[in-house]
Amino acid sequence: MRESLLGWQQYRYLKWGLVLLLLSVALYVTQGGSNAAQPPNGGTWQGYVLGTLGALLIVWLSLLGVRKRSYKSTAGTVQGWASAHVYLGTVLLVVATLHCALQFGFNVHTLAYVLMCLVVVSGFYGLYAYMHLPGRLASIQSGSGEDGRLDELARIDARVRDTSERCDANLQSLMISALELTRVGGSAWQQLLARDRSRVMVPGSDTQKAQAVANVEQEVVVSHLAGRIPDARKQSEAEVLNELLGLFGRRQVLLHQLRREVQLRGLMKIWLYFHIPLTMGLLVALVVHILTVFIYW
Amino acid sequence: MGERYHIAVVGAGPAGLSAAGRAAEYDREAGATSPSYVLLEGFSIFAKTIQKYQKGKHVMDEPGFLALRSPVPFVAGRREEILGAWQDSIDSGLNVRYDSDVTGISGSRGQFVLQLQSGDEIEAEHVVLSIGTQGNPRSLGVKNDAESDFVRYTLDDPEDFKKETIAVVGAGDAAIENAIALSDYNNVYIINRRNEFSRAKDGNLNAVLAAINDKSRPFHCRYEAGVAGVELPASPGEMGAIVLNTPAGEERLACHRIIARLGTIPPRSFVESCGIEISSPSADAVPDVDRHYQSNVPGLYVIGALGGYPLIKQAMNQGYDVIEFIHGKNTKPADYPLLQDQFSGLPYVMDAEDVLELYQQRIPMFRRMNPLAFRELIIESRILVSLPPADLAHTEQKGERSTVFIPAGEPVYRNGEFSTTFYTLVEGEVKLQLEQDGPWHTLKPGQFFGEMSLISGRPRQGDAVVSEDAILIETPRRIMVKLMNSNDEVRKGIDRIFIVRALQAAFRPDLPLAELSAVAGQVETCRFNAGQALFSEGEEGDCLHLIRSGTVVLSRGSANMVVAQHHSGDLVGQMALMGAPLRRDTAVAAVRTETIKVKRAEFLTLVNSQPEHVATLQGRLSSLLEKTNAMASQPEAARSIGFLMEQGLGEATNALVIDESLCVGCDNCERACAETHGGLTRLNRAAGPSFANLHVPISCRHCELPHCMKDCPPDAIRRSADGEVFITDSCIGCGNCETNCPYNAIKLSYAAPPKPGLLSWLLFGRGSGPGQPQSFTPAAADKERGKKAVKCDACMGQAGGPACVRACPTGAAMRLSPEQFVALVEAR
Ligand SMILES: Cc1cc2nc3c(=O)[nH]c(=O)nc-3n(C[C@H](O)[C@H](O)[C@H](O)COP(=O)(O)OP(=O)(O)OC[C@H]3O[C@@H](n4cnc5c(N)ncnc54)[C@H](O)[C@@H]3O)c2cc1C
Ligand code: HEM
Ligand code: HEM
Ligand code: SF4
Ligand code: SF4
Repeated sequence: MRESLLGWQQYRYLKWGLVLLLLSVALYVTQGGSNAAQPPNGGTWQGYVLGTLGALLIVWLSLLGVRKRSYKSTAGTVQGWASAHVYLGTVLLVVATLHCALQFGFNVHTLAYVLMCLVVVSGFYGLYAYMHLPGRLASIQSGSGEDGRLDELARIDARVRDTSERCDANLQSLMISALELTRVGGSAWQQLLARDRSRVMVPGSDTQKAQAVANVEQEVVVSHLAGRIPDARKQSEAEVLNELLGLFGRRQVLLHQLRREVQLRGLMKIWLYFHIPLTMGLLVALVVHILTVFIYW
Repeated sequence: MGERYHIAVVGAGPAGLSAAGRAAEYDREAGATSPSYVLLEGFSIFAKTIQKYQKGKHVMDEPGFLALRSPVPFVAGRREEILGAWQDSIDSGLNVRYDSDVTGISGSRGQFVLQLQSGDEIEAEHVVLSIGTQGNPRSLGVKNDAESDFVRYTLDDPEDFKKETIAVVGAGDAAIENAIALSDYNNVYIINRRNEFSRAKDGNLNAVLAAINDKSRPFHCRYEAGVAGVELPASPGEMGAIVLNTPAGEERLACHRIIARLGTIPPRSFVESCGIEISSPSADAVPDVDRHYQSNVPGLYVIGALGGYPLIKQAMNQGYDVIEFIHGKNTKPADYPLLQDQFSGLPYVMDAEDVLELYQQRIPMFRRMNPLAFRELIIESRILVSLPPADLAHTEQKGERSTVFIPAGEPVYRNGEFSTTFYTLVEGEVKLQLEQDGPWHTLKPGQFFGEMSLISGRPRQGDAVVSEDAILIETPRRIMVKLMNSNDEVRKGIDRIFIVRALQAAFRPDLPLAELSAVAGQVETCRFNAGQALFSEGEEGDCLHLIRSGTVVLSRGSANMVVAQHHSGDLVGQMALMGAPLRRDTAVAAVRTETIKVKRAEFLTLVNSQPEHVATLQGRLSSLLEKTNAMASQPEAARSIGFLMEQGLGEATNALVIDESLCVGCDNCERACAETHGGLTRLNRAAGPSFANLHVPISCRHCELPHCMKDCPPDAIRRSADGEVFITDSCIGCGNCETNCPYNAIKLSYAAPPKPGLLSWLLFGRGSGPGQPQSFTPAAADKERGKKAVKCDACMGQAGGPACVRACPTGAAMRLSPEQFVALVEAR
């Protein structure tokens, strides 16, 4: 019960991966030597074997995308596939490197290799995200989920509106603008950065025009409220201010959590937008590589 | 003095219409000039229950195996078509009297007097009651409160009204839901007699408070406001008013409409006021009637849903038959061929009615049952005949409802199988185990078995092996529950044997049956609601509990520190009788639970008779103590179990739990569910509570005693031998299961349109890809067919097991039974 991707079935695919790794290295070192026709290279028979192995691995790794969507499939579980995917994908890096024996140039062969490396690197990031981010998300969410938080936020906002009706016009417009200029989410990029772009309209005075200023993490509002409480002339005024301060304090936390939640969700998904298209590119480059090698030959 | 008739039929639902139709045929044959019968309907139109179905609902004609016998037509189809056909029947000359709510029936055969709400009286020689079970809405109880365009007791579609001022009276869920929906387009006042909304569900409570506080919504509340009067509008379209009695004095609210949702008055008290006895106090008990549907009041007949037959076709057949009986015809009921078929494989030649009678006499517990109820029991049961394997090979099994042949010498059920049917032995012998690998007991004709799983809902304990040439009646749980609810004798009989066998299984006493029965007579059966304590930590104990059904959790220190959970068949609190009277834990029912309470004296009688078994009991106790102790020293794990129990998972057999520290939120589980189940997901991953990285999404848990199976009219919800609770195609979409499931696991939905193939989506971008479309418009044909209930079937019959689990890339999704929870929370 509760096995992670890596530990699946007592590290079954880690063992497979290691065996494959040793075999590939063993194969590689039988190449070359002083009386060989060729140095280690993709063109020796060992090179061919390693290359074929690598190509097969790539095709199989890509098939995870198909397996993941074949919901009726009884060929293992997706978790098992993903576990194998991670280990064999890592071994692929070695296999392909041994195959080409580090002979790089500005050609389609190296393009295939580079694409492969990019896929693998994005895969590593994905693995990191899958292993570590869910736990962080869960610890933010503990108790109520995103919906619960949005509900609470809506309730708080309603109370801020009600309470601020008891304030002077300046403070009221400050409060309302703080609500209205609060920003969560935004474009994909903004979601990932989770930078707070909230602002607030600071009411003008006789000498100054009203202007919108950044209200990162609701700090401006909170410190404004906190600053006004000691100056309050009436007890009732102080009470209202205190109430607003409490509401904005909670609001601050909720908004922060929401942003972080959105960010973490994004971080768990974003990499697939690189991993998959790069895989497609890799497959194309690989086909071209194999074809050119044969034509050349 | 009022009119006088041969027959008065009360309630123009399907049962009443069919009866009236048959009575009209008799009149026609006799050439009567004026009708000899009257059909009295309380509502302004016939068949109120069916009129209230949602528009366009597809009405089903379950049970398929039963033929319709009625002059009034009925085939499956749209609500409008069926109502239209009935209207035609009425127009062709049925004597229906609308707006004739019958408020009392007095007198006896030959001279009944029916009191109408209008004050009129009607005399009749025979009365047929077919008023259904829907009850009538509670009225406002002031002048002018009769249902009208201005005063309404139901609300079909909130969008029928716009830009009006509407007073909604009531504080229950219906009132709140209506009021909130109406306030989207109208100015709404909700009138609450009390000063809080305590009767409402939590969700509705929050919603109504939010709506009241929401300044932007035209939603107002009057607390502690009684309705003092209703002023009808002077002319249609104008405003009327509702007058309220408030703490601040009388208030007059001008409004366009009053919608009163004050609940319904169940028909029971009315039925009893007519002199009809309902022997059991249980809420779903039905009146006792004889083979001719006659109640204990001679000349007063009960048919249809009121008599316990919840489907239209049954109701109509009974309407026909009851008129036959009143006319002195001893017609064979419409189900006679069914009986014949069921008995066709028996080794003797006898008329089906005689076999029925014979069998009832053979079984002591059923002997005094009312013959109609026994008939229904047989019709709903399977008749099993055991044959030697050699004969079985060349005996052909006829139809599905015919006698069933089973191999002799083999189990009718095996240990661990999920089945809850009840077996009665008519002929031959059965060898029975009460626990896995336990000793064998031999049963003789007239005895029964299977009551353990019937009552607890847990899998079978031990095997039951049938001898040669045995005849068994296998009755579904639903029918037995109905019977036990309405017949005290049967309930007590089954209970007694249940207790004897439960004690035998738990203590293996070596006592003569008489003594054992005496002990069984002394123990007490206790009922606990969820959250109620059996005993508390620190108390001095003098008894133990043997769980009959449900789940009990033991907690130590604080309520959420759960150190052990026990299920039916387990002992709780035995320490008190085995050396340490001080209770070390608090025992609380996690769900509705029943236990058998055994005191010291009975305990000693039981264990002293079989000293060898004491060692076994002690051994079990010490391994239990070891486990609870291990739990108690891991507070985090204990609290997690406490959380799971709070979510009602104690009564689960197979629940989806998600490990939040692994879940990446890809929703592949939901997609897999939809893809393998006609495009509709049956689980909602993101919904549901979490605690300590464990998340309990909304999804069916396959409860021990599924609430959803409780009142499904066509009995469409079944449980497979492996435990999956699933819904068959005979679902009529009535929504009872959706209401009854406490875990929101059932949804009513139209069938989803088919998906494009994976390749045509991948390559040509056709349609929606793998995964559930967020919303879809049902195809016209699917809309025609109507909504049906959908729920998780644990991927029954799919190779490889639950798709959600198989599709989860990270191993976050797990399907577990409560026994696995300990391993789950410990394996960190
Ligand atoms: C939502 C829903 C969907 C359903 N779908 C199906 C389906 O698809 N197929 C199916 O076979 N069954 C279905 N059923 C069950 C079916 O509706 C009932 O079994 C059937 O209506 C019972 O018929 P009846 O004549 O006994 O009672 P009812 O149909 O309830 O009729 C009783 C009549 O008596 C009148 N009445 C009550 N009290 C009095 C009184 N005191 N004086 C005078 N008149 C009175 C009522 O106004 C009513 O018209 C469904 C039920 C529901 C709630
Ligand atoms: C069926 C599979 C493959 C075959 C038959 C194959 C064949 C070859 C051959 C014959 C060479 C030597 C070319 C030369 O000496 O000039 C070569 C070189 C190379 N191959 Fe492959 N290969 C395969 C798969 C792969 C894969 C999966 C990769 C990595 C993604 C790869 C990357 C390279 C690289 C980077 C070189 C060096 C190119 C160079 O010499 O400039 N090959 N391959
Ligand atoms: C060239 C090598 C690789 C290829 C071609 C490849 C290809 C793929 C493809 C097609 C998917 C399916 C994505 C989807 O449909 O959602 C996928 C998913 C994934 N890959 Fe790779 N991958 C490679 C290497 C790696 C490596 C080295 C790792 C990690 C060490 C990795 C980690 C993952 C993970 C974690 C997933 C997500 C699994 C899931 O959500 O189902 N991949 N990969
Ligand atoms: S649908 Fe609901 S009541 Fe029925 S088995 Fe599932 S969880 Fe239990
Ligand atoms: S499939 Fe697994 S990881 Fe994806 S949402 Fe479902 S439980 Fe979470």
